[in-house]
Amino acid sequence: MWPKQAWKHVYEPQIRAAAGLGVSPTEDDTDHYSSRYAHCDVLVIGAGLAGLSAALAAAKTGARVIICDEQPEVGGALHYDKSVTIDGLDGFTWAQATAANLKQMKNVKVLPRTTAFGYYAQNFVGLNERVTEHLAKPDKKLPRERLWQVRAKRVIIATGAIERHMVFANNDRPGIMLASAARTFLNHFGVAVGKKIGVYTANDSAYEAAFDLKRAGVTIAAIVDSREKPGEGVLAEARSLGIEVLTGHGVVTTSGNLRVSSMSVARNGGGAARKIAIDALLMSAGWTPSVHMFSQSRGKVAYDNETQRFLPGTYAQDCLSVGACNGTNDLQATIEESLAAGELMAQASGYSASQKLELQGSNAFSWSGGMAGAAEGAGPDTTVKAFIDFQNDVCAKDIRLAVREGMHSIEHIKRFTTNGMATDQGKLSNIHGLAIAAETLGREIPKVGLTTFRAPYTPVTFGTLINHARGELFDPTRKTPTHALEEAQGAVFEDVGQWKRAWYYARAGEDMHQAVNRECKTVRDVAGMFDASTLGKIEVVGPDAAQFLNLIYTNSWDTLKPGRCRYGIMLREDGFVYDDGVVGRLAEDRFHVTTTTGGAARVMNHMEDYLQTEFPHLNVWLTSATEQWAVIAVQGPKAREIIAPLVEGIDLSNEAFPHMSVREGKICGVPTRLFRMSFTGELGFEVNVPADFGPAVWEAIRAQAEPLGACAYGTETMHVLRAEKGYIIVGQDTDGTVTPDDASLGWAVGKKKPDFVGIRGLRRPDLVADGRKQLVGLLTKDPKVVLEEGAQIVADPNQTLPMTMIGHVTSAYWSENCGRSIALALVAGGKARIGETLYVPMPDKTIAVEVSDMVFFDKEGGRLHV
Amino acid sequence: MSDLIAATDLSNARTLALAGRHGGSGAAALTPAAPATRLSLRAKPEAVSALSAALGVSLLTKPKTSASSNGRHALWLGPDEWLVIDENEADLMAAVASSGVLHSATDVSHRNTAILVKGFGAETAINGGCPQDLSLAAFPVGACSRTVFAKSEIVLLRTAEDAFRVECWRSFSPYVFGLLSEAAEDAGN
Repeated sequence: MWPKQAWKHVYEPQIRAAAGLGVSPTEDDTDHYSSRYAHCDVLVIGAGLAGLSAALAAAKTGARVIICDEQPEVGGALHYDKSVTIDGLDGFTWAQATAANLKQMKNVKVLPRTTAFGYYAQNFVGLNERVTEHLAKPDKKLPRERLWQVRAKRVIIATGAIERHMVFANNDRPGIMLASAARTFLNHFGVAVGKKIGVYTANDSAYEAAFDLKRAGVTIAAIVDSREKPGEGVLAEARSLGIEVLTGHGVVTTSGNLRVSSMSVARNGGGAARKIAIDALLMSAGWTPSVHMFSQSRGKVAYDNETQRFLPGTYAQDCLSVGACNGTNDLQATIEESLAAGELMAQASGYSASQKLELQGSNAFSWSGGMAGAAEGAGPDTTVKAFIDFQNDVCAKDIRLAVREGMHSIEHIKRFTTNGMATDQGKLSNIHGLAIAAETLGREIPKVGLTTFRAPYTPVTFGTLINHARGELFDPTRKTPTHALEEAQGAVFEDVGQWKRAWYYARAGEDMHQAVNRECKTVRDVAGMFDASTLGKIEVVGPDAAQFLNLIYTNSWDTLKPGRCRYGIMLREDGFVYDDGVVGRLAEDRFHVTTTTGGAARVMNHMEDYLQTEFPHLNVWLTSATEQWAVIAVQGPKAREIIAPLVEGIDLSNEAFPHMSVREGKICGVPTRLFRMSFTGELGFEVNVPADFGPAVWEAIRAQAEPLGACAYGTETMHVLRAEKGYIIVGQDTDGTVTPDDASLGWAVGKKKPDFVGIRGLRRPDLVADGRKQLVGLLTKDPKVVLEEGAQIVADPNQTLPMTMIGHVTSAYWSENCGRSIALALVAGGKARIGETLYVPMPDKTIAVEVSDMVFFDKEGGRLHV
Repeated sequence: MSDLIAATDLSNARTLALAGRHGGSGAAALTPAAPATRLSLRAKPEAVSALSAALGVSLLTKPKTSASSNGRHALWLGPDEWLVIDENEADLMAAVASSGVLHSATDVSHRNTAILVKGFGAETAINGGCPQDLSLAAFPVGACSRTVFAKSEIVLLRTAEDAFRVECWRSFSPYVFGLLSEAAEDAGN
């Protein structure tokens, strides 16, 4: 439609509004929802006659039973079928008494207002319980809805059947309804849906609605039956009640303004129509067994030609269908089938019945009949509105059109017409649509196929699905032991995985940039303290610990003496850098391994995976110790001076405790694993104390540090300081395609080692080829310009587009200590380009940079060893 | 120098992860557990009896079982793995070191913290986030399991018909406590 632009702002919004799709709310949901897992021996889905009988039989054995029903109370079809008696009681009364009886049993849970919406693998069934929606003033403590996730040893499906409407012209007028609906209005709610009512049916069940209404004093204008031969019992009863029955007839159209006021009735096959005044029209084309749960369980349905129904065929899980959803029509047969199923399923779960349960039921008539597809009066006209899908406005003519347009599979017809694609998923329309398609195609119904039943059976609110997982409980927020102290010191936090890490400590009047510059300066001039508690820690213990680390890391661990540390690189099988960290040897058979914060869990899994699958012969065990230790890094020229007064039993001198060492002793009377190591290039210590002591020790160190002019610093400063030294961050400066040599870490690969994870990968031709992207430093020609991380790098800025990109910036910062910007970058053949000028094209300008080595500060590294 | 050290003796200055928290409902009361010593103990079958003797509590080898003695619990977590908890804060590392058999022991006293859940709705409250069958038949008193509670790993120990000890890692404890509180509120219904 013209103009094109109007689509977005006029036509589409109008069409969407007309489609009645509703508007997603933007306000917060003020209700709350809950979740519960449950296990049972027998889950019974549906609490009508079949479900209750089955639950009763199962419960009597002592088996744990859960029975749920989507209605506010149990009873199912007994809500309307007043002709039923069970053991001498009116059917509905029996149902309530049975539920009360079940509720008193300790092994039974009765859940009304609870829809089984999804049947998943291994008898895992999702239930949606509407807890307070029906209450005017619910207790605020109660959830609005509750999600049940039930694992059942056995499932009994007793979901009944859903009545189908008749497909004829103008069957969507108000006042036209299913016969069972009118009967429920009358028998359960005491409401007559009209004063002069017509019935259009292809099935006996609608007659009983007419009988009940007639006995209640409502006029039945006529029963129009598309069949020549209705059931004899109902026909005789209709006659004795004086109801006119027109067999072999159809309703060809209706009229009426705000509600139906007449039906036009004609003999099947044509002839003059007779207009009959009515104010309501009941219809029934028969009953569709509710095989949704069975089908969701991956059971295969089978078409029963005689009754024109899809019924449970081949079972895929430990479940049984009983009653109407299983195609069982007779009342007593339903009872017996259900009792037997209840007992059988309980037995299968390990219980046995002490006595056989028996129930005697009776009802007025057994029902016959039913039709699928378009009735007389639905066409073949292409303009007649004979609805099959009331929710998506699909008529019989639309199915025929789809076939004429070349759709031959029901899956295509469904998508072409949207039949059955509304939230009811075709509960009313699927069988009619299928029958019309089959007729038009001249094929049998099973040849046309059936669409797949999918969860949810009826819509489930998002609130129920997420239940507790909102706000603070959406995901665990991991805070370090010293988090509260850092917060009080003005820390601004950043998210690193689930962790909150102090990003920088802003003082009054400082922005982030100023705070970071001050922190960076202070660490190099005096000292700083840093919360490194989130670093992953794995304790590797056992006589073969060193041998295991030899296999996991690229470097050698045999030569590392207890009390010393080494920086280690870990590769994947493909030879690319996977993680790095410092490993301290505490004893011959005990190593303290550190990993990156983000890598902690996967590195542990990686190591455990290799240990269990590749190296099970080794006597070594791994334990995650990340959270055992609070880690306070003290870095800077005055680091020793700060901690010295607090440490007992460890000689901190450079000679006794050199760079890359670890000692066990005490700090402030608390046991510590004290590391001398550095991620800043300064003299540094990492104080590990048991987590609960973290806050007290942090404060004790701070009391020493602040008078000397030291300060706390955050992750941003840590990033800048390490970049000044060219220390990489795995995952920032590497991206899963970087070898140790690419990152100038070739020195950390043991050349004489016979084996380690990734050794074969490293020898692949592409990994040793010339021209690989290598990590180098970049210095902008204008020292004030800070590059953007991720920016692309080119050799010639004047080449034609698209340019050949030779690398990208991985890290870029303002370095207060260097008085200029610094950057790290992955550049093709980078190491051979040192001294060359390259270019970083940006949207507004092109930045010239000089390739340098990766160390920008204290190139000799003397500051580490003081 | 020695004066300074004495002045900064912080060996009693612990900050517990769930300090000051209380919660739950009439159905399931929640209490942060007192500090305890804990070991992650790994060993092969041939070391089990010597380690049991050294600990004074049996290392059981059947899944989901634990043994307890005088406030010391040994929970089976895997075919070669036990979590040993001593509520009296005894030195467990020293105890197993005296066994003389091959094993791996790592002190995880501060890695874990625990929440005690007690009340007729304790089972239901934990089932608010834990998919395991916690009925007495399937999970009797003394049963234990490393399992999940919504998005957190937990180790569950049933200490009485109506009481559980929920162990989790320190930084996950506010999440576990918060979710348990909501589930405990719902557990009475």
